Amino acid sequence: MSENATLESLTQDTEEREPLTKKQIAADTPTWCPGCGDFSVLSIYYKLIQKRKIYHEKVTTVAGIGCSSRFPYFVQAHGVHYIHGRALSFATGVSLSRPDLHVFAFGGDGDAFSIGGNHFMHTARKNVKMTYVVMDNFVYGLTKKQTSPTSPIGFKSKTDNWGAFDRPINPMKLAISAGATFVARSSHTNPKHLLEMMDAAMDHDGFGFIECLSECTEFYKGAFDPTNPRKGGVFDLVPEDHDVTDEAAAYELASEDFPGKFGIFYKAQIPTKNALETGLQDAAKAKFEGKEDWEILQSTFNRMK
Amino acid sequence: MSQSAVNKDDSGKESQASDISEAIIRIAGNSQDGIQSIGGFLARLAGRSEQEVMTMMTIPSTISGGPSIFQVRLGTGDVLSPGDDADVLLAFYQHSYEGHVSNLREGGLIVYDSDHVEPNDEWLKKYRHIGIAISSLTVEAIGGTTRDKGKNIYALGLIGRMFNLDLEKLERLINERFAAKGENVVKPAMDAFQAGYRYHSDDITNLFNFKNGTVDRSNQVVMSGNEALAYGLIAAGVRFGAAYPITPWSDIMELLRRELPKYGGSFIQCEDEIASVSMAIGASYGGRVGVTGSSGPGISLKTEAIGWAVMAEIPLVIVDIQRGGPSTGMPTNVEQSDLNIACFGGHGDSPRVVLAAADVEDCFYTAIEAVNIARNFSVPVFLLSDQAIATRIEAFNEPDLKKLCQDLAPDLTPVQSHKPYDLETETGASHHRVPGTRIEDGRYPVVTGLEHDEWGHPSGSPETHKAMTQKRRNKLKALAKTLPIPEVYGPESGEVLVVGWGSTTGPLYEAVEKSADNGSAISALKLRHINPLPEGLEDIFSNFKRIYVVEMNDGGVYGYGQLASILRARFVDARIQGINKTDALRWKVWEIIDRVNERLSADPALTND
Repeated sequence: MSENATLESLTQDTEEREPLTKKQIAADTPTWCPGCGDFSVLSIYYKLIQKRKIYHEKVTTVAGIGCSSRFPYFVQAHGVHYIHGRALSFATGVSLSRPDLHVFAFGGDGDAFSIGGNHFMHTARKNVKMTYVVMDNFVYGLTKKQTSPTSPIGFKSKTDNWGAFDRPINPMKLAISAGATFVARSSHTNPKHLLEMMDAAMDHDGFGFIECLSECTEFYKGAFDPTNPRKGGVFDLVPEDHDVTDEAAAYELASEDFPGKFGIFYKAQIPTKNALETGLQDAAKAKFEGKEDWEILQSTFNRMK
Repeated sequence: MSQSAVNKDDSGKESQASDISEAIIRIAGNSQDGIQSIGGFLARLAGRSEQEVMTMMTIPSTISGGPSIFQVRLGTGDVLSPGDDADVLLAFYQHSYEGHVSNLREGGLIVYDSDHVEPNDEWLKKYRHIGIAISSLTVEAIGGTTRDKGKNIYALGLIGRMFNLDLEKLERLINERFAAKGENVVKPAMDAFQAGYRYHSDDITNLFNFKNGTVDRSNQVVMSGNEALAYGLIAAGVRFGAAYPITPWSDIMELLRRELPKYGGSFIQCEDEIASVSMAIGASYGGRVGVTGSSGPGISLKTEAIGWAVMAEIPLVIVDIQRGGPSTGMPTNVEQSDLNIACFGGHGDSPRVVLAAADVEDCFYTAIEAVNIARNFSVPVFLLSDQAIATRIEAFNEPDLKKLCQDLAPDLTPVQSHKPYDLETETGASHHRVPGTRIEDGRYPVVTGLEHDEWGHPSGSPETHKAMTQKRRNKLKALAKTLPIPEVYGPESGEVLVVGWGSTTGPLYEAVEKSADNGSAISALKLRHINPLPEGLEDIFSNFKRIYVVEMNDGGVYGYGQLASILRARFVDARIQGINKTDALRWKVWEIIDRVNERLSADPALTND
């Protein structure tokens, strides 16, 4: 089913019911440390649900393991707290079998690019319809300060006391080269921008990926000050003349040194895995129109006599 | 086949066909010769033939170009196992001749392609040899431009002649098989077949004749164990699955990938085993019963996710087509060494259900049962098969599909309130409310791998962990009460009960038959439900002096195989002993009888009895 059909069914609901209040969307009290960037991502998610007039039952929030992956507990909607690194595979199962739902996956940099790196690439290239927000804090927080796949060279962690020397993953380059069809970058320090990005990602018919810098105040304080004008940094938007359909230009943008640019780097319209699978089903079912399932199986068995 | 079945009478020019009730034919060549399709034709003759020929075909997996065999057991009575030694060997090459003679019973018949095989003087004395220039006769029959392609069909003709098989039906099968490829394929195939069938030699004409059978096979279907399992899943209502290719599991995913779209479903090939199981669980969470599957090494990779499904109480079916292990092990051989990982694989206390299919037909029904247990108890269910069942073809009574097929569309009925991990349910099983379900009181569930309270909130409370551990365990106890008590095959009481599971049960049943003929009766018990075990087994065991658990796995450090260890732990019964083997080949009937006798004579407790 296409994005439109999903939105249509959601729109129908809005006619009957009052939009949700923030209080109705909020669930358990977040367990994050004071000042954690993830709070803003959560509140923007609430805002998005309100803005888009989605109801509890129409959204599914999936996460893996990590600080940020606690996310689903804080949202009053059907949610899943899955195992480390595999949230995208789980979310794919939901997305492909339930075209009526909007699937959101949340996670951290370890979940997305280390233990779940393989799934990130393949979910991107298969263009599975969902929105994936990675709250990138450049450090392992839940396990208390080990090096993450996005920790910069020189970052001193408990597993790299002398400073990390493995080159970090560049999530934007990875996403573009893996074939993600919507690639955007934002920061917890700019909630308005994040909402804009999440809104656009949700509109995208395909795999919508957002790298959202989200500071770990406990283990990597100040990591994103260079992106925060209030802390003397700069929040540079993607230039207006950037062509989001130009993969090479997007890659060039992604190659800029930290703190880099914010906004939509890349966007392509190609058929989703969901649409391709549905097409396969429609073509196969057409040959058996009016037949019940048992009759289809019977016709197969008749050939095995 | 009885000794007398082979017509050794050389004096009579007009050979009289021997009446036989079964025969085991082994055909050996190279895989590009298409010899396995001969087996396919013979198998499909089952169910259609007035001779009521039952077929059990064994195909070892091969890599293209390598030596290839299949063995087919044709019979008119109950065929319980693929059979032991062959009565007839059809050898296309010298290597096929030399490599397979040892699988021929003493006095057996060798039909060889005299274009490629030079008989061995010593073996000429031990076995009856018939040389036929199969390659050149095929070329001659087809017209000489296609080299020896088609000699499989020529050989099928020869077999048809030797066993007096139904000519008309075989011809119809060949027509059906090749019709889609056009007349320029059908005609040479038919020419080759007829040339084989009409090959004139007193040696080969009407050698055998199948006696009329006792079993009504008028309405049978013919398929492999993997096919039966996949179609069982479809009948059960499964519409989503995900997997990664691995031998011998792959044909199930290939079949489901091809077939599920017809039913509005999908089967997804994933980047790895972990993604596969996760995607299947995701679909289950979404309201489908998701299926994943693999063989040995792939199952190891899935275990963390399976533990999650146990904890989060989400239905899931995991198919394991066992092969020789550990590690990459012996991918194309059979072993029953994944029982432990199925029952116990993973960290923590993680009760799950384990079912084991015993033959091809059972794969179909066990698949349906697995799906229903997963749904009703919100639990992962392992469905164990093995390489021997997966690749062999059997005929079985056609299932009543209209009655059996299930519709498992997700239930989105709104509910007032939903406690995802309610401790007060009758069986202990949670009822999973799928996303899309409106919950009127506005409290929505998070399903989780963290220990949780009844509402799904993470909980570190010792009391909660105790209660929830008990809940997850007790639902298996509730399931056990619903399981049928297995029936003893053979006498209800006696000296020896052999217990088996999976593909071992066929040879066990046949050992029971053979032992009864020899006056030293044993009985057999097939276990299809292994975790939890059905109730009432102790009553069955109490009727026997010795309980031997026969398995294709190692007896391990303490001398008990994987099922034997479970039964000993469960029943604390010293009479339970293991009979194991680790040659990664299926049990032969004589092997079982020998090993049972060996064990009996070495057992002082019993001789004193």
